[in-house]
Amino acid sequence: MADVTLRKLVKMYDQVQAVKGIDLEIKDKEFVVLVGPSGCGKSTTLRMIAGLEEISGGQILIDDDVVNDVPPKDRDIAMVFQNYALYPHMTVHENMSFGLRLKKFPKAEIAKRVGEAARILDITELLERKPKALSGGQRQRVAMGRAIVRNPKVFLFDEPLSNLDAKLRVQMRIEIKKVHQTVRTTTVYVTHDQIEAMTLADRVVVMNGGVIEQVGTPQELYHNPRTRFVAAFIGSPSMNFVPCRLESHADQLAVRISNEIAFFMPEQKAARYKKLSGDGQLLLGLRPEHLTDMRQHMEPGCVPFDAQLEVTEPMGMETFVYFKMNGADMCGRVNPNAGALDGGPLKMAADLNNMHLIDAKTGLVL
Amino acid sequence: MVDMTAGQSAAVPRQIRKPKSPIARFFGRRSTIAFLMALPLILLIGVLVIYPAFYSLHLATLNKRMTEFRGFDNFSFLLFKKDAFWTVVYSSCLFAVSAVIFKAFIGFVVAHFVHNIPAKGQRKWRGMLLIPWVIPPAMSTLAWLWLFDSSYGALNWTLAKIGIGPIPWIGEPGWARFSVILVNVWFGAPFFMIMYLASLKSVPDALYEAADIDGATWWQKIRYITLPMMRNIIAITTLFSLIVTFANFDIVRVLTQGGPLDQTHLFATWAFEIGIRSGDIPLGASVSLFMVPILAIAAVFILRDINKRGNEA
Ligand SMILES: Nc1ncnc2c1ncn2[C@@H]1O[C@H](COP(=O)(O)OP(=O)(O)O)[C@@H](O)[C@H]1O
Ligand SMILES: [Mg+2]
Repeated sequence: MADVTLRKLVKMYDQVQAVKGIDLEIKDKEFVVLVGPSGCGKSTTLRMIAGLEEISGGQILIDDDVVNDVPPKDRDIAMVFQNYALYPHMTVHENMSFGLRLKKFPKAEIAKRVGEAARILDITELLERKPKALSGGQRQRVAMGRAIVRNPKVFLFDEPLSNLDAKLRVQMRIEIKKVHQTVRTTTVYVTHDQIEAMTLADRVVVMNGGVIEQVGTPQELYHNPRTRFVAAFIGSPSMNFVPCRLESHADQLAVRISNEIAFFMPEQKAARYKKLSGDGQLLLGLRPEHLTDMRQHMEPGCVPFDAQLEVTEPMGMETFVYFKMNGADMCGRVNPNAGALDGGPLKMAADLNNMHLIDAKTGLVL
Repeated sequence: MVDMTAGQSAAVPRQIRKPKSPIARFFGRRSTIAFLMALPLILLIGVLVIYPAFYSLHLATLNKRMTEFRGFDNFSFLLFKKDAFWTVVYSSCLFAVSAVIFKAFIGFVVAHFVHNIPAKGQRKWRGMLLIPWVIPPAMSTLAWLWLFDSSYGALNWTLAKIGIGPIPWIGEPGWARFSVILVNVWFGAPFFMIMYLASLKSVPDALYEAADIDGATWWQKIRYITLPMMRNIIAITTLFSLIVTFANFDIVRVLTQGGPLDQTHLFATWAFEIGIRSGDIPLGASVSLFMVPILAIAAVFILRDINKRGNEA
């Protein structure tokens, strides 16, 4: 059990900064997910915490001790690798107990811990098998077992589910969450999959290009993204962006998208955006679930518009519809009974209570 | 008319499939075709390997002038009457085992060094380290012969500078054995190095990282990760090298000619000595045939282990 603190953490690879000075405080027992597109420096950050990469600048603290120069074996961490990195010539039991045997734990203690971890992960029958005789999901469990038996201060996961098929991934995701609820060890988890991040994390750290874009709970990131990058990265299908202008009409404020299309804002949004000058280049951000079919009783703040659909994707519970708004590609999420047809017209409504305005130049959410 | 044609054409495919003579079937089988394609090689092996093997078996049963059949007389003479035979058995085993151990050890250590050289410089080092192995051993052994020369050799000259020697490199049985082994190790270690290097490269880095995190020291990583992962390669190279080293001829032939006092003879050089130089071809053939059971036992042991472990990595 431990806190982990990153201070101005930098990683250089031959003059190229892979991690550009990030600050992060991870609290005891917390499950933190680093998420971002491929190549944004997630693994590098994690491997610096593990001690597998040298730190080029800044500090890493585990429990208030600077561990920059502490080798991995003395950091009391455990790591689960993307390709599991199980020792192929050892049985599952030997794989899981390897660290303990090296540390000369008594046999009884080793047996107890391996048994306990195997029970948590439901791999008791596999203990005498070699990794080769295991399925992907089972190997994944063994790799987690190897981490659990060590009872370390911190768990590190580097894309542990990306080698599994979609169905197994969902299953193991829940499994990992359960394990964390049982074991409660501070966890840093790296993934490029925002759904994994949202479902697993106490707090999500969104990274992009070696810097942290935003840190927050999944709900915070979803409802109050601070940058366009976060707004687009979190949520699936991702948020729609369309260029717009602000217009004042008497005491009302409107977003004008084109000569034909303009939406009046609800009062609380108008109050928020009132001070913005009208001439800056702005983007209107709306999530697909806030572009719905027109219904009988719409909340105040929902404004109707006509859409000419290009493609529809019936998902069963809902239907995604794709259309253009002043040239920008948009995705909406409508009731399956709303009569959406490929190439057909649809009366839709935009829920401006959930709109975001983004400065197109800085990419900041206003 | 139309009906008939249709009926005929329908019958045709059946006709092609049905009557096939046993010979046609024999030649149609995949295994037969495979055998036929391998036949040239099989014939070549037959002519170059199997025929000489049986011919030497035949030779070994003759008397010295090759006029009479003597059964196993040559073999029993070697086993029970000729003391030099046991000296040769001893020095061959000593030579092969110690040379292979040193070659494997040096190859292993050097492979680790080369493995840790950054990729850019590695090619150059690999190439340079392979040089001993690509020079024809008869030639490089000649160079060693000059180095070893007790009066004019570079080794004794250098040792004399620091007040050691002179060492009778090939003049005294113990040193001569050492020198022969040294040259063989120098010649054979690069082969081990290159095989071990390839095998080292196939061990995923993530295993070492996992071991780092599990708390393994460098020695524990070698002991518990590298060696088990390289097990098969080590077994195969050891077996292969054991056989080749045991049957070595050129180094001893050039360096010591088996001397001093026949103490450095190996099976091959001794067989040559008896068979060609002393003109007792049947006895020489018997000597060389004694290598077969010894090598076969080594092969069985090591290959059995590979089969047992083969399907886990
Ligand atoms: N060993 C390395 N040498 C040079 N550049 C590297 C090395 N490892 C990673 N990088 C670079 O650092 C950046 C971050 O990599 P990484 O942390 O692996 O990204 P990801 O977020 O996908 O895990 C990438 O641009 C990558 O090309
Ligand atoms: Mg990565």
